[in-house]
Amino acid sequence: MHTFVMPTLGADMEAGTLVAWRKQPGDRLVRGDTIAEVDTEKGVIDVEVFQDGILDAILVSPGSRVPVGTPLAMIRVAGEAVAAVAAAAPAVPSPPTPPAPPETGEVRPMEAVRPPPPVYAPAIDLFGRLRISPSARRLAREMGVDPRAATGTGHEGAITRADIERAALKRPAPPQATVAHELPPPAAPAPSPPADRLERMRRTIAAAMGRSKREIPHYYLSTTIDLHRASAWLDRENDRRPPDKRLLAGVVLLKAAALAIREVPELNAVWDGDRVVVRPDVHVGVAISLRPGGLVILALHDTASRSLDDLMDGLRDLTGRARSGRMKSSELSDSTITVTSLGDRGVDAVWGVIYPPQVAIVGFGRIGERPWAAEGGLFARRVVTATLAADHRVTDGHRGGLYLDAVEQLLQEPEKL
Amino acid sequence: MSDDARIREAVLTILGGIAPEADLASLEPDAQFRRELDLDSVDFQTFVIRLSKELGVTIPERDVGQIATLAGCTRYCARILGEAAAAAPPKYHG
Repeated sequence: MHTFVMPTLGADMEAGTLVAWRKQPGDRLVRGDTIAEVDTEKGVIDVEVFQDGILDAILVSPGSRVPVGTPLAMIRVAGEAVAAVAAAAPAVPSPPTPPAPPETGEVRPMEAVRPPPPVYAPAIDLFGRLRISPSARRLAREMGVDPRAATGTGHEGAITRADIERAALKRPAPPQATVAHELPPPAAPAPSPPADRLERMRRTIAAAMGRSKREIPHYYLSTTIDLHRASAWLDRENDRRPPDKRLLAGVVLLKAAALAIREVPELNAVWDGDRVVVRPDVHVGVAISLRPGGLVILALHDTASRSLDDLMDGLRDLTGRARSGRMKSSELSDSTITVTSLGDRGVDAVWGVIYPPQVAIVGFGRIGERPWAAEGGLFARRVVTATLAADHRVTDGHRGGLYLDAVEQLLQEPEKL
Repeated sequence: MSDDARIREAVLTILGGIAPEADLASLEPDAQFRRELDLDSVDFQTFVIRLSKELGVTIPERDVGQIATLAGCTRYCARILGEAAAAAPPKYHG
């Protein structure tokens, strides 16, 4: 039996609201199927399952807002009997064991399933946030205590009311104003109207980017790349293609950024607390800005192995759904490195902030004509400034430089991309 | 409906589909709508695709600079539609 939990839909997510179940107990599930819809500050997300099986039981009803990691449903994997549910549940003190249900695949009532307790993060969780009970948080505010100064003695180091009272005795002077300002407001009741979605999104971006700048020792590199071959090739291609088959320069850059990973694979990785875990597949996260504000990073899966045409269709589809708020959970959680292109916005270069737990972000500025000296002559050529911001715990400038060099080389042979 | 009005209506409908939050009523005829409506390159490409389909004309890549404003769209599409109508038999791109 597999416990299906509220997924992390991006580094910045703490909780989600279950909007609707798209599958019912007894339904067959195939990896990639949408099982439920979850409302987050990014919109309503189609949550996909990771494995084949049969939906055995639903544990959370629509309308509930639950923390990441909370069990949502039980999924019976192929060949597993229904009775396994009872075995999967933690031992309960001694009511006589009911007879095992007949193995007919019939739906068991929700009460029959005891979900394992949700896994709570320690006092400072993965997102750099404080684990503290709402009542302790309220007490801290009333007493003017900075809860971060308290030592958590609760479950997995969570801060309790008693911890706040102890901290209040120790504190030198109550820095009340600051505390009130720094305390994150309580979670909004859900599902939230779109009006405050932007505000929630800003808050989660603040959390993720604040954590990135606090924890990740960034280093930055840049190089200006001659694009005259790539641009000329793109012009020729697009000239003979109908509008819906044309390629954007951005896709060519994305593909080059993904292929260059081959040279420096350790940039395609996640930082897992104290070590780096290199990812075998390259799923470039594309930063897509939303109107009227905010952004999402969505994975364009298998970026390095797909054709430019396929990537173009994928990018158009992703952008459309990012804007209309119909994203899939895998797109929010799978990216292994981010590419941000602010060239459209007319800037020459963008120095990215790494999206945790990733370890690198590649930036492309505007493609524009510049005076360019080459082969002993001076030419007007289309160029782009490519940047890399990378985690110094994982790579050094030398490796980062090799990566940007690989991007540059790849862009000199656009027909091979 | 005149061609100009038809083109204008088509352009505004398409822009509304791409940027539902936009206030299209206040869009000036000569304003660069990519800038006004904050459209990125993917949005603008979607616009070109949909406009080509809607009007039954293929807008070549080298011409897309001419359809960056409402007035530009009207001028450009009227010309293309006129050329297509003058040709015999008329050839429309689906």
